[in-house]
Amino acid sequence: MSNSEQSEAGFLSKSDCIVRYEPSQEPLSIEVRSSVRALFETQIRQCVLRIFQEFDVTKGRIAIEDDGALDLVISARVEAVLRQAGYLSQMKTMSPEKGKYGVSLVSSNGAGFTQSSRRVRLYMPGDQPHFAVNADFYGADILIFDLEDSVAQSRKCEARILVRRFLENSFLFRKSARAVRINPLSTEESMLDLAEIVPAKPDIVLLPKCETADDIKRLDALLSEHENRCGTMPGGIQIMPIIETAKGVLAARGIACASKRTSGLCFGYEDFSRDIQSSSDILGKALLMHSGSMHQIDSLLARETIVLAARAAGIEPYDSSYGDIDNTEGLLMSCYEARALGFAGKSVIHPSQIPYVRKAFMPTAEELHQAQAIVAAYEESFSTGKGAIVVDGQMVDIPVVEKARRIIEEFDYGE
Amino acid sequence: MGNDTTWTDNALGRKVPSRIAGKPCRSFLGAFIDSTQAKHEKTKNGQLRRSSGMTQRQKPNKLVASWDELFERLNIQDGATISFHHHLRNGDRIVNEVVGRLAAKGVCDLTLAPSALFPVHNALLPYIRSGVITKIEGSMNGTIGAACSRGEIPKTCVLRSHGGRQRAIQEGDLPIDVAFIAAPCADSFGNANGLYGPSACGPLGYAKPDSEYAHQVVVITDNLVPYPCSSWSIFGGNVDYVLQVESIGDSSQIVSGTTLLTKSPTQLVIARLAARFIEAAGIMQEGFSFQAGAGSISLATIVFLAERMRKAGVKASFAHGGATKVLVDLLKEGLLGSIVDLQSFDLDAVRSCAENARHIESDPYSSYGPYARGCVANMLDVAVLGATEIDLDFNVNVVTHSDGMLLHGIGGHSDVCSSAGCTIITAPSFRKRIPIIKEQVTTITCPGEAVDVLITERGISINPNREDLIWRAKKFDLPCVDIAQQMNDVYRITGKPEKPRFTELPVALVEWRDGSIIDTVWQMAE
Repeated sequence: MSNSEQSEAGFLSKSDCIVRYEPSQEPLSIEVRSSVRALFETQIRQCVLRIFQEFDVTKGRIAIEDDGALDLVISARVEAVLRQAGYLSQMKTMSPEKGKYGVSLVSSNGAGFTQSSRRVRLYMPGDQPHFAVNADFYGADILIFDLEDSVAQSRKCEARILVRRFLENSFLFRKSARAVRINPLSTEESMLDLAEIVPAKPDIVLLPKCETADDIKRLDALLSEHENRCGTMPGGIQIMPIIETAKGVLAARGIACASKRTSGLCFGYEDFSRDIQSSSDILGKALLMHSGSMHQIDSLLARETIVLAARAAGIEPYDSSYGDIDNTEGLLMSCYEARALGFAGKSVIHPSQIPYVRKAFMPTAEELHQAQAIVAAYEESFSTGKGAIVVDGQMVDIPVVEKARRIIEEFDYGE
Repeated sequence: MGNDTTWTDNALGRKVPSRIAGKPCRSFLGAFIDSTQAKHEKTKNGQLRRSSGMTQRQKPNKLVASWDELFERLNIQDGATISFHHHLRNGDRIVNEVVGRLAAKGVCDLTLAPSALFPVHNALLPYIRSGVITKIEGSMNGTIGAACSRGEIPKTCVLRSHGGRQRAIQEGDLPIDVAFIAAPCADSFGNANGLYGPSACGPLGYAKPDSEYAHQVVVITDNLVPYPCSSWSIFGGNVDYVLQVESIGDSSQIVSGTTLLTKSPTQLVIARLAARFIEAAGIMQEGFSFQAGAGSISLATIVFLAERMRKAGVKASFAHGGATKVLVDLLKEGLLGSIVDLQSFDLDAVRSCAENARHIESDPYSSYGPYARGCVANMLDVAVLGATEIDLDFNVNVVTHSDGMLLHGIGGHSDVCSSAGCTIITAPSFRKRIPIIKEQVTTITCPGEAVDVLITERGISINPNREDLIWRAKKFDLPCVDIAQQMNDVYRITGKPEKPRFTELPVALVEWRDGSIIDTVWQMAE
């Protein structure tokens, strides 16, 4: 315990809470203010106590201002203030919580996500729970908890705690793969990020500002080290490098091949254009074009390079996000452009963009037919009670059926 | 003719029967003498019939010069029931004005019978606490509902749907002493509509039963036009007094519905799924009809449904309920044959209601009347509605929150649920941390037998008694989930909420459409 100042974590927004802790010599007092107090006060108090027990702290004053935060969010906020106050968890490893109904919450769904099911990747600020709670239903293939750019420096610590707690409650994410964008390897934060999140087994780690093949090799080694430390088989966590500098683009080929873990190459436009000091806006304004239509002309070579590097390595290239949330037409144009260039998908920064990306990257008619065959075979086996199913020589298990269902669903979104 | 016929001479000296075939007859007394004598006699329907105010050949003079003169003529006594409509929504100035003036006159023990209340009516709270208002029948919203929940309203209140309210007024279950009808456009005879003027609000139909059955009817307008006012939603023949005031409402607050598509990803997922279900269930056929409220999910559902209609080349015959720009645009586009409108939620709807012959103004009897020989709601193929809670038997709660607090009126919910061909409840599976699916709802406002489908972001739960819909949903590979499964999935995320705690004091009764009591709202503990 290093200081006697008050520590604070969280935001006063929907599905979140602000937690304030003040160390003292008095026995622990818990003050709860909550918009759902009538229905959840007991559970909120129990949740706080659980974390205090985990940290073996029995003294001080804690105040919670809550607007419907889930237990996992409250846990993360309480843990954050205790760690800020200098306490350490007394549990050997952060073992994932047992579910309320006695079911272990540990499961990894990364296995179900094959290369071709990653059209949409949704970025969510790692320090805010609001979208994450229901994100599994938004239709993204990969949910990215961001610890990098969308999190203020002062919030990094509580963000990685919150992200870890979300990862541990993997039952919240049955349809989408769970990814974390850590801080660049050049920062100290990235080491703390990995130490915190690897034990919670994300499916994918995204590495921003990736510039050399060595970055990937280093990350691969670090991941293995952490995986060994917490007793899981090394190699389970995939890597997606984000290439967003001139240097990175020129090294794309090496980056793509640097590790077996690497499952896709991502392009990051904003940082890239800053790095090469381009001003593609000028062209757009001069031609009075829709922002979206060829507006990233400065990145054409970079994007094609990334597509080539990825395809040559047998992995998928993913395009940058589209920043103007309200401009759906521009978003669609930008998606079609990405698809035309050879990208397999695009990232989004708001869930409302997801249907448009899905639409632009809609499966082919061939994929649709195969999906329909898989679902039909599965339904039939369901009614006849037959065990293993094989369609076109491919074993059909639940994730495959889920993916097939999604492809059919995607078709429904079309024009 | 036998002994059961008797004869007399009338005022003109003519021989007329005073009884014929056993049936009594009244003799003519004079052109301007009402032979019935009795005021407010009951007709055989149990309705109150008001005697004619016309005692000579004259143009009736209904205009009163001031509020004071009005209240002098109305002579409202302690214990009276006064009624209001809610077409001016949160912009209404009349409810607060009337209650304030009655309180100043020392009138107390009033029963308030509004068709709905809005946040602006929170100003009534002091009058509840001081005993001016001791009972509310109809609808309690927001702060007033919360006061009721805390037991601050002395008498047990009554909650009714729009159709139930119309029935109660017609049947005499809710006798109204004075109906105060704020009218955006009226003439000195009392004809009135909501279509024109600075406070235009669209339809004025919620005031119609009040105007027909209240003992005394007052039209209050800030836009007095020469007789006859063009198009009347309220018939002047039913009106006793007309008062002209500076303003009946704040026009900027009259329309409060938003016509922007929601940005909430969960709401969008639900709306997309609802539209998909409506198509897959075979409801989206040429000439079908629908009702969807002005809630974010309902509005978004219409937008996505319209996309599907365009793609499939299907047109709807009509949409019913509250009207919005979204519907008006579909009407203009030709995707919609007509709008049957009970209430306009925005200015586009108000304008359309005034200008477009296919934008039809309705009233609670025509739209929802439980004892009508069918109402507009019966003609609906599908309705998309909301709920605060739903239980494993599909019973729905729209009035109280999970903590027990009374916060909403029923609106047309019960009427639509029990009339439309397919009733869909759309809601997020939990709000903040509060699950909407429960073993038992806090208050039942609509029984599960009248509710067919629940759609949340987690999937579609279909009432087992709708095998037809279950079969269609399976056939089209829609994401169906057992409702109990949904509940347990959500409990696992949110935790199971504690039960709300109540006292033994009933604070409000929930009436089903026919006047039977479907549930009781209890005072909240603490």
